[in-house]
Amino acid sequence: MNGVHDMGGMQGFGSVEPEKNEPVFHHPWEGRVFAMVWAIGAWRKWNIDASRHSRERIPPAEYLSMSYYEKWFTGLVNLLVERSIVTRAEIESGKPAHGSSKATPPMTPKEILESVAKRANTKRDIPVPPRFRAGQRVRARNINPVGHTRLPRYARGKSGTVDRDYGVFVFPDSNAQFLGENPQHVYAVRFSARELWGEQARPQDSVYLAMWDDYLEPA
Amino acid sequence: MALRVKSLESLLIEKGLIDRTALDALIDAYEHKIGPRNGARVVARAWVDAAYKRRLMTDPDNAIAELGFGGQQGEHMVVVENTPAVHNLVVCTLCSCYPWAVLGLPPVWYKSAPYRSRSVIDPRGVLREFGLEISEDVEVRVWDSTSEVRYLVLPERPAGTESLSEAELEALVTRNAMIGVAKVLPQRAEAAR
Repeated sequence: MNGVHDMGGMQGFGSVEPEKNEPVFHHPWEGRVFAMVWAIGAWRKWNIDASRHSRERIPPAEYLSMSYYEKWFTGLVNLLVERSIVTRAEIESGKPAHGSSKATPPMTPKEILESVAKRANTKRDIPVPPRFRAGQRVRARNINPVGHTRLPRYARGKSGTVDRDYGVFVFPDSNAQFLGENPQHVYAVRFSARELWGEQARPQDSVYLAMWDDYLEPA
Repeated sequence: MALRVKSLESLLIEKGLIDRTALDALIDAYEHKIGPRNGARVVARAWVDAAYKRRLMTDPDNAIAELGFGGQQGEHMVVVENTPAVHNLVVCTLCSCYPWAVLGLPPVWYKSAPYRSRSVIDPRGVLREFGLEISEDVEVRVWDSTSEVRYLVLPERPAGTESLSEAELEALVTRNAMIGVAKVLPQRAEAAR
Protein backbone atom coordinates (compact mmCIF):
# COMPACT_ATOMS: atom_id res chain seq x y z
CA MET A 1 0.00 0.00 0.00
CA ASN A 2 1.14 3.54 -0.67
CA GLY A 3 1.36 4.32 3.03
CA VAL A 4 3.47 6.78 4.95
CA HIS A 5 5.66 3.87 6.09
CA ASP A 6 7.12 3.87 2.55
CA MET A 7 9.48 6.72 3.41
CA GLY A 8 12.40 6.29 1.04
CA GLY A 9 13.13 9.61 -0.67
CA MET A 10 10.69 11.70 1.36
CA GLN A 11 11.94 15.07 2.57
CA GLY A 12 11.16 17.34 5.47
CA PHE A 13 11.66 15.02 8.43
CA GLY A 14 14.73 16.93 9.59
CA SER A 15 18.13 15.68 10.63
CA VAL A 16 19.10 12.30 12.06
CA GLU A 17 19.56 12.57 15.79
CA PRO A 18 21.64 9.84 17.38
CA GLU A 19 21.44 9.41 21.14
CA LYS A 20 24.60 8.81 23.15
CA ASN A 21 24.76 5.62 25.20
CA GLU A 22 21.30 4.63 24.13
CA PRO A 23 19.64 1.87 26.18
CA VAL A 24 18.15 -1.16 24.39
CA PHE A 25 14.73 -0.22 25.76
CA HIS A 26 13.90 3.30 26.96
CA HIS A 27 11.04 2.15 29.20
CA PRO A 28 10.30 -1.28 30.70
CA TRP A 29 7.01 -1.42 28.73
CA GLU A 30 8.94 -1.34 25.43
CA GLY A 31 10.67 -4.58 26.36
CA ARG A 32 7.34 -6.12 27.36
CA VAL A 33 5.81 -5.20 23.96
CA PHE A 34 8.82 -6.57 22.11
CA ALA A 35 8.70 -9.85 24.03
CA MET A 36 4.91 -10.19 23.80
CA VAL A 37 5.01 -9.89 20.01
CA TRP A 38 7.61 -12.64 19.96
CA ALA A 39 5.92 -14.95 22.46
CA ILE A 40 2.48 -14.68 20.88
CA GLY A 41 4.10 -15.35 17.51
CA ALA A 42 4.64 -18.93 18.72
CA TRP A 43 0.91 -19.50 18.09
CA ARG A 44 1.62 -19.03 14.37
CA LYS A 45 -1.65 -17.18 13.87
CA TRP A 46 0.14 -14.83 11.53
CA ASN A 47 3.52 -14.39 9.83
CA ILE A 48 6.18 -11.69 9.70
CA ASP A 49 4.64 -10.10 6.59
CA ALA A 50 1.20 -9.87 8.19
CA SER A 51 2.89 -8.42 11.24
CA ARG A 52 4.61 -5.71 9.19
CA HIS A 53 1.37 -4.98 7.36
CA SER A 54 -0.48 -4.54 10.67
CA ARG A 55 1.87 -1.64 11.44
CA GLU A 56 1.66 -0.19 7.93
CA ARG A 57 -2.11 0.04 8.30
CA ILE A 58 -1.86 2.47 11.21
CA PRO A 59 -3.33 5.73 9.84
CA PRO A 60 -0.56 8.04 8.57
CA ALA A 61 -0.90 10.85 11.12
CA GLU A 62 -0.86 8.35 13.99
CA TYR A 63 1.99 6.36 12.46
CA LEU A 64 4.18 9.45 12.32
CA SER A 65 3.41 10.47 15.89
CA MET A 66 4.06 7.03 17.41
CA SER A 67 7.32 5.65 18.70
CA TYR A 68 8.55 2.34 17.31
CA TYR A 69 7.18 0.22 20.17
CA GLU A 70 3.89 2.12 20.19
CA LYS A 71 3.53 0.97 16.58
CA TRP A 72 4.41 -2.57 17.59
CA PHE A 73 1.80 -2.44 20.35
CA THR A 74 -0.90 -1.09 18.03
CA GLY A 75 -0.09 -3.65 15.35
CA LEU A 76 -0.15 -6.45 17.91
CA VAL A 77 -3.56 -5.45 19.28
CA ASN A 78 -4.97 -5.24 15.75
CA LEU A 79 -3.69 -8.69 14.83
CA LEU A 80 -4.90 -10.25 18.09
CA VAL A 81 -8.40 -9.00 17.35
CA GLU A 82 -8.36 -9.69 13.59
CA ARG A 83 -7.12 -13.24 14.08
CA SER A 84 -9.78 -13.83 16.77
CA ILE A 85 -7.28 -14.53 19.54
CA VAL A 86 -8.79 -11.94 21.84
CA THR A 87 -11.82 -9.71 21.51
CA ARG A 88 -11.85 -5.91 21.51
CA ALA A 89 -13.92 -6.11 24.72
CA GLU A 90 -11.24 -8.20 26.40
CA ILE A 91 -8.55 -5.70 25.38
CA GLU A 92 -10.62 -2.88 26.81
CA SER A 93 -11.45 -4.61 30.08
CA GLY A 94 -8.08 -6.33 30.44
CA LYS A 95 -9.96 -9.48 31.53
CA PRO A 96 -10.79 -12.69 29.68
CA ALA A 97 -14.45 -12.92 28.60
CA HIS A 98 -16.60 -14.71 31.15
CA GLY A 99 -16.48 -18.46 30.66
CA SER A 100 -13.60 -18.44 28.16
CA SER A 101 -11.21 -21.36 28.47
CA LYS A 102 -7.58 -21.02 29.42
CA ALA A 103 -4.99 -22.11 26.87
CA THR A 104 -1.46 -23.37 27.38
CA PRO A 105 1.31 -21.52 25.54
CA PRO A 106 2.51 -23.57 22.55
CA MET A 107 6.13 -23.14 23.57
CA THR A 108 7.71 -23.31 27.00
CA PRO A 109 9.76 -20.29 28.11
CA LYS A 110 12.88 -22.38 27.41
CA GLU A 111 11.72 -23.18 23.89
CA ILE A 112 10.89 -19.54 23.22
CA LEU A 113 14.34 -18.50 24.35
CA GLU A 114 15.86 -21.17 22.12
CA SER A 115 13.85 -19.81 19.19
CA VAL A 116 16.03 -16.67 19.37
CA ALA A 117 18.91 -18.67 17.90
CA LYS A 118 16.78 -20.49 15.35
CA ARG A 119 16.36 -19.48 11.75
CA ALA A 120 12.95 -18.15 10.89
CA ASN A 121 11.53 -19.77 7.85
CA THR A 122 11.20 -17.46 4.91
CA LYS A 123 13.70 -19.10 2.59
CA ARG A 124 12.42 -22.07 0.61
CA ASP A 125 14.84 -24.67 -0.66
CA ILE A 126 12.70 -25.70 -3.57
CA PRO A 127 13.57 -25.66 -7.26
CA VAL A 128 11.86 -22.57 -8.62
CA PRO A 129 13.41 -21.40 -11.88
CA PRO A 130 14.80 -17.85 -11.69
CA ARG A 131 13.34 -15.40 -14.19
CA PHE A 132 16.44 -13.22 -14.17
CA ARG A 133 20.19 -13.63 -13.85
CA ALA A 134 23.10 -11.58 -12.52
CA GLY A 135 24.09 -8.83 -14.92
CA GLN A 136 20.68 -8.58 -16.56
CA ARG A 137 18.98 -5.21 -16.99
CA VAL A 138 15.57 -5.13 -15.30
CA ARG A 139 12.84 -2.65 -14.54
CA ALA A 140 10.86 -2.53 -11.29
CA ARG A 141 7.20 -2.84 -12.18
CA ASN A 142 4.88 0.06 -11.54
CA ILE A 143 2.48 -1.62 -9.14
CA ASN A 144 0.30 0.04 -6.53
CA PRO A 145 -1.33 -2.75 -4.53
CA VAL A 146 -3.64 -1.75 -1.69
CA GLY A 147 -2.19 -4.60 0.38
CA HIS A 148 1.32 -5.26 1.61
CA THR A 149 4.30 -4.95 -0.71
CA ARG A 150 8.05 -4.65 -0.28
CA LEU A 151 8.51 -2.74 -3.51
CA PRO A 152 9.05 0.86 -2.39
CA ARG A 153 7.49 3.67 -4.40
CA TYR A 154 10.83 5.30 -5.13
CA ALA A 155 11.97 2.30 -7.20
CA ARG A 156 8.80 1.64 -9.21
CA GLY A 157 9.27 2.08 -12.93
CA LYS A 158 13.04 2.47 -12.49
CA SER A 159 15.65 0.40 -14.27
CA GLY A 160 18.54 -1.38 -12.67
CA THR A 161 20.90 -4.31 -12.97
CA VAL A 162 20.64 -7.65 -11.21
CA ASP A 163 23.67 -7.89 -8.93
CA ARG A 164 23.10 -11.38 -7.50
CA ASP A 165 20.44 -13.99 -6.82
CA TYR A 166 19.67 -14.46 -3.11
CA GLY A 167 17.67 -17.65 -3.63
CA VAL A 168 13.99 -18.52 -3.21
CA PHE A 169 11.90 -16.78 -0.56
CA VAL A 170 8.27 -16.49 0.48
CA PHE A 171 6.51 -13.65 -1.40
CA PRO A 172 5.41 -10.99 1.13
CA ASP A 173 2.58 -9.54 -0.96
CA SER A 174 0.56 -12.77 -0.84
CA ASN A 175 1.87 -14.09 2.47
CA ALA A 176 0.82 -10.96 4.38
CA GLN A 177 -2.79 -11.57 3.35
CA PHE A 178 -2.67 -15.32 4.08
CA LEU A 179 -3.05 -16.00 0.35
CA GLY A 180 -0.14 -18.41 0.11
CA GLU A 181 3.63 -18.30 0.09
CA ASN A 182 4.16 -18.07 -3.68
CA PRO A 183 7.92 -18.70 -3.25
CA GLN A 184 10.15 -17.05 -5.84
CA HIS A 185 13.66 -15.77 -6.38
CA VAL A 186 14.85 -12.62 -4.69
CA TYR A 187 17.67 -10.63 -6.25
CA ALA A 188 19.85 -7.75 -5.19
CA VAL A 189 19.18 -5.16 -7.88
CA ARG A 190 21.47 -2.18 -8.27
CA PHE A 191 19.79 1.10 -9.19
CA SER A 192 22.05 4.01 -9.95
CA ALA A 193 21.34 7.03 -7.79
CA ARG A 194 20.90 9.12 -10.97
CA GLU A 195 18.20 6.74 -12.22
CA LEU A 196 16.33 7.12 -8.93
CA TRP A 197 16.91 10.77 -8.11
CA GLY A 198 18.07 12.51 -11.25
CA GLU A 199 20.93 14.90 -11.83
CA GLN A 200 21.30 15.91 -8.19
CA ALA A 201 22.75 12.48 -7.38
CA ARG A 202 26.38 11.54 -7.79
CA PRO A 203 26.91 9.46 -10.93
CA GLN A 204 28.81 6.68 -9.13
CA ASP A 205 26.40 6.23 -6.21
CA SER A 206 23.72 3.57 -6.11
CA VAL A 207 20.97 1.94 -4.08
CA TYR A 208 20.61 -1.83 -3.87
CA LEU A 209 17.14 -3.22 -3.27
CA ALA A 210 16.10 -6.81 -2.72
CA MET A 211 13.51 -7.59 -5.39
CA TRP A 212 11.25 -10.59 -5.87
CA ASP A 213 10.65 -11.99 -9.36
CA ASP A 214 7.11 -10.59 -9.40
CA TYR A 215 8.44 -7.06 -8.88
CA LEU A 216 10.58 -7.15 -12.01
CA GLU A 217 10.29 -7.14 -15.76
CA PRO A 218 13.04 -7.26 -18.38
CA ALA A 219 14.28 -3.78 -19.29
CA MET B 1 1.37 3.45 27.49
CA ALA B 2 2.83 1.51 30.43
CA LEU B 3 -0.67 0.82 31.80
CA ARG B 4 -2.08 -0.32 28.47
CA VAL B 5 0.84 -2.66 27.95
CA LYS B 6 0.52 -4.06 31.46
CA SER B 7 -3.18 -4.62 30.95
CA LEU B 8 -2.58 -6.49 27.68
CA GLU B 9 0.16 -8.58 29.23
CA SER B 10 -2.03 -9.69 32.14
CA LEU B 11 -4.89 -10.45 29.74
CA LEU B 12 -2.67 -12.65 27.56
CA ILE B 13 -1.22 -14.41 30.59
CA GLU B 14 -4.66 -14.97 32.11
CA LYS B 15 -5.87 -16.43 28.84
CA GLY B 16 -2.89 -18.77 28.87
CA LEU B 17 -1.54 -17.36 25.59
CA ILE B 18 1.89 -16.35 26.88
CA ASP B 19 4.11 -16.99 29.86
CA ARG B 20 5.60 -14.17 31.92
CA THR B 21 8.96 -15.87 32.40
CA ALA B 22 9.32 -16.24 28.60
CA LEU B 23 8.99 -12.47 28.26
CA ASP B 24 11.58 -11.89 30.99
CA ALA B 25 14.01 -14.27 29.27
CA LEU B 26 13.59 -12.62 25.87
CA ILE B 27 14.14 -9.13 27.28
CA ASP B 28 17.22 -10.33 29.15
CA ALA B 29 18.62 -11.92 25.98
CA TYR B 30 18.38 -8.69 23.97
CA GLU B 31 19.44 -6.43 26.82
CA HIS B 32 22.48 -8.43 27.81
CA LYS B 33 23.51 -11.09 25.30
CA ILE B 34 22.65 -10.17 21.73
CA GLY B 35 24.21 -6.88 20.73
CA PRO B 36 26.83 -5.19 18.58
CA ARG B 37 29.71 -6.92 20.39
CA ASN B 38 28.68 -10.03 18.43
CA GLY B 39 29.20 -8.21 15.15
CA ALA B 40 32.46 -6.69 16.40
CA ARG B 41 33.83 -10.21 16.97
CA VAL B 42 32.94 -11.15 13.40
CA VAL B 43 34.63 -8.02 12.02
CA ALA B 44 37.80 -8.43 14.09
CA ARG B 45 38.10 -12.08 13.08
CA ALA B 46 37.74 -11.12 9.42
CA TRP B 47 40.49 -8.54 9.81
CA VAL B 48 43.02 -10.95 11.27
CA ASP B 49 42.12 -14.15 9.42
CA ALA B 50 42.05 -13.99 5.62
CA ALA B 51 40.51 -17.45 5.26
CA TYR B 52 37.73 -16.51 7.68
CA LYS B 53 37.11 -13.31 5.74
CA ARG B 54 36.75 -15.31 2.52
CA ARG B 55 34.18 -17.55 4.17
CA LEU B 56 32.40 -14.52 5.62
CA MET B 57 32.07 -12.87 2.20
CA THR B 58 31.00 -16.03 0.35
CA ASP B 59 29.08 -17.98 3.01
CA PRO B 60 28.22 -15.42 5.70
CA ASP B 61 25.59 -17.44 7.59
CA ASN B 62 27.98 -20.30 8.29
CA ALA B 63 30.95 -18.03 8.94
CA ILE B 64 28.94 -16.06 11.51
CA ALA B 65 27.64 -19.31 13.03
CA GLU B 66 31.26 -20.43 13.51
CA LEU B 67 31.52 -17.72 16.18
CA GLY B 68 28.28 -18.84 17.78
CA PHE B 69 25.97 -16.16 16.38
CA GLY B 70 22.92 -16.33 14.14
CA GLY B 71 19.20 -16.83 14.41
CA GLN B 72 16.32 -14.39 14.43
CA GLN B 73 16.74 -11.41 12.11
CA GLY B 74 20.13 -12.59 10.96
CA GLU B 75 19.20 -15.79 9.15
CA HIS B 76 20.20 -14.67 5.69
CA MET B 77 23.19 -12.42 6.07
CA VAL B 78 25.08 -10.58 3.38
CA VAL B 79 28.35 -8.88 4.30
CA VAL B 80 29.29 -5.78 2.33
CA GLU B 81 32.87 -4.59 2.54
CA ASN B 82 34.00 -1.01 2.80
CA THR B 83 37.17 -0.23 0.87
CA PRO B 84 39.02 2.95 -0.07
CA ALA B 85 36.83 3.03 -3.22
CA VAL B 86 33.42 1.90 -1.88
CA HIS B 87 31.40 2.97 1.14
CA ASN B 88 28.35 0.89 2.10
CA LEU B 89 25.41 2.09 4.17
CA VAL B 90 22.46 0.01 5.44
CA VAL B 91 18.86 1.18 5.89
CA CYS B 92 15.33 -0.16 5.88
CA THR B 93 13.08 2.46 4.31
CA LEU B 94 9.86 0.43 4.70
CA CYS B 95 10.14 -0.52 8.37
CA SER B 96 13.26 -1.07 10.47
CA CYS B 97 14.85 -4.35 9.37
CA TYR B 98 18.20 -4.79 11.05
CA PRO B 99 20.60 -7.70 11.64
CA TRP B 100 19.57 -8.45 15.24
CA ALA B 101 21.72 -11.57 15.47
CA VAL B 102 24.95 -9.61 15.07
CA LEU B 103 23.99 -6.06 16.13
CA GLY B 104 21.13 -6.53 18.59
CA LEU B 105 18.06 -4.32 18.41
CA PRO B 106 18.37 -1.13 16.35
CA PRO B 107 18.87 2.32 17.88
CA VAL B 108 16.02 4.83 17.69
CA TRP B 109 17.69 6.94 14.99
CA TYR B 110 17.87 3.91 12.66
CA LYS B 111 14.10 3.47 13.02
CA SER B 112 13.38 7.20 12.68
CA ALA B 113 11.71 8.93 9.75
CA PRO B 114 14.73 11.16 8.99
CA TYR B 115 17.10 8.21 8.57
CA ARG B 116 14.63 5.98 6.72
CA SER B 117 13.59 8.72 4.30
CA ARG B 118 16.92 10.37 3.58
CA SER B 119 19.46 7.53 3.49
CA VAL B 120 18.49 6.55 -0.02
CA ILE B 121 18.13 10.03 -1.55
CA ASP B 122 20.85 11.86 0.38
CA PRO B 123 23.26 9.30 1.87
CA ARG B 124 26.19 11.70 1.83
CA GLY B 125 24.18 14.31 3.72
CA VAL B 126 23.14 11.74 6.31
CA LEU B 127 26.73 10.59 6.73
CA ARG B 128 27.83 14.20 7.17
CA GLU B 129 25.43 14.45 10.13
CA PHE B 130 27.34 11.54 11.65
CA GLY B 131 30.55 13.47 11.08
CA LEU B 132 31.60 11.38 8.10
CA GLU B 133 32.58 13.16 4.91
CA ILE B 134 32.81 10.73 2.00
CA SER B 135 35.21 11.91 -0.67
CA GLU B 136 33.75 12.61 -4.11
CA ASP B 137 35.68 9.85 -5.84
CA VAL B 138 34.32 7.19 -3.48
CA GLU B 139 31.26 5.21 -4.55
CA VAL B 140 28.43 5.14 -2.00
CA ARG B 141 26.24 2.03 -2.02
CA VAL B 142 23.05 2.10 0.02
CA TRP B 143 21.47 -1.25 0.89
CA ASP B 144 17.71 -0.95 1.45
CA SER B 145 16.68 -4.02 3.49
CA THR B 146 13.47 -4.78 1.62
CA SER B 147 13.65 -8.59 2.02
CA GLU B 148 14.62 -11.00 4.81
CA VAL B 149 18.26 -10.62 3.83
CA ARG B 150 20.15 -8.66 6.48
CA TYR B 151 23.28 -6.66 5.83
CA LEU B 152 26.43 -6.24 7.89
CA VAL B 153 29.03 -3.70 6.83
CA LEU B 154 32.61 -4.94 7.13
CA PRO B 155 34.42 -1.68 7.91
CA GLU B 156 37.96 -0.93 6.81
CA ARG B 157 40.62 -1.89 9.30
CA PRO B 158 42.17 1.39 10.43
CA ALA B 159 45.79 2.08 9.56
CA GLY B 160 48.33 1.74 12.33
CA THR B 161 46.60 -1.19 14.02
CA GLU B 162 48.97 -3.91 12.76
CA SER B 163 50.27 -4.64 16.25
CA LEU B 164 46.86 -4.94 17.89
CA SER B 165 45.47 -8.29 18.97
CA GLU B 166 42.12 -9.58 17.76
CA ALA B 167 40.54 -8.64 21.09
CA GLU B 168 41.98 -5.14 20.91
CA LEU B 169 40.71 -4.73 17.37
CA GLU B 170 37.30 -5.97 18.41
CA ALA B 171 37.12 -3.21 21.01
CA LEU B 172 37.60 -0.60 18.27
CA VAL B 173 34.63 -1.77 16.20
CA THR B 174 31.48 0.25 16.81
CA ARG B 175 27.88 -0.54 15.98
CA ASN B 176 27.70 2.55 13.78
CA ALA B 177 30.67 1.36 11.71
CA MET B 178 28.84 -1.92 11.04
CA ILE B 179 25.75 0.00 9.82
CA GLY B 180 28.00 2.17 7.68
CA VAL B 181 27.46 5.56 9.34
CA ALA B 182 30.97 5.65 10.80
CA LYS B 183 34.49 4.46 10.14
CA VAL B 184 36.49 2.50 12.67
CA LEU B 185 39.06 4.74 14.30
CA PRO B 186 42.51 3.57 15.39
CA GLN B 187 41.63 4.49 18.96
CA ARG B 188 38.22 4.26 20.47
CA ALA B 189 37.16 7.91 20.54
CA GLU B 190 34.24 7.51 22.90
CA ALA B 191 32.17 4.92 24.63
CA ALA B 192 29.48 5.14 21.95
CA ARG B 193 27.90 1.76 21.38
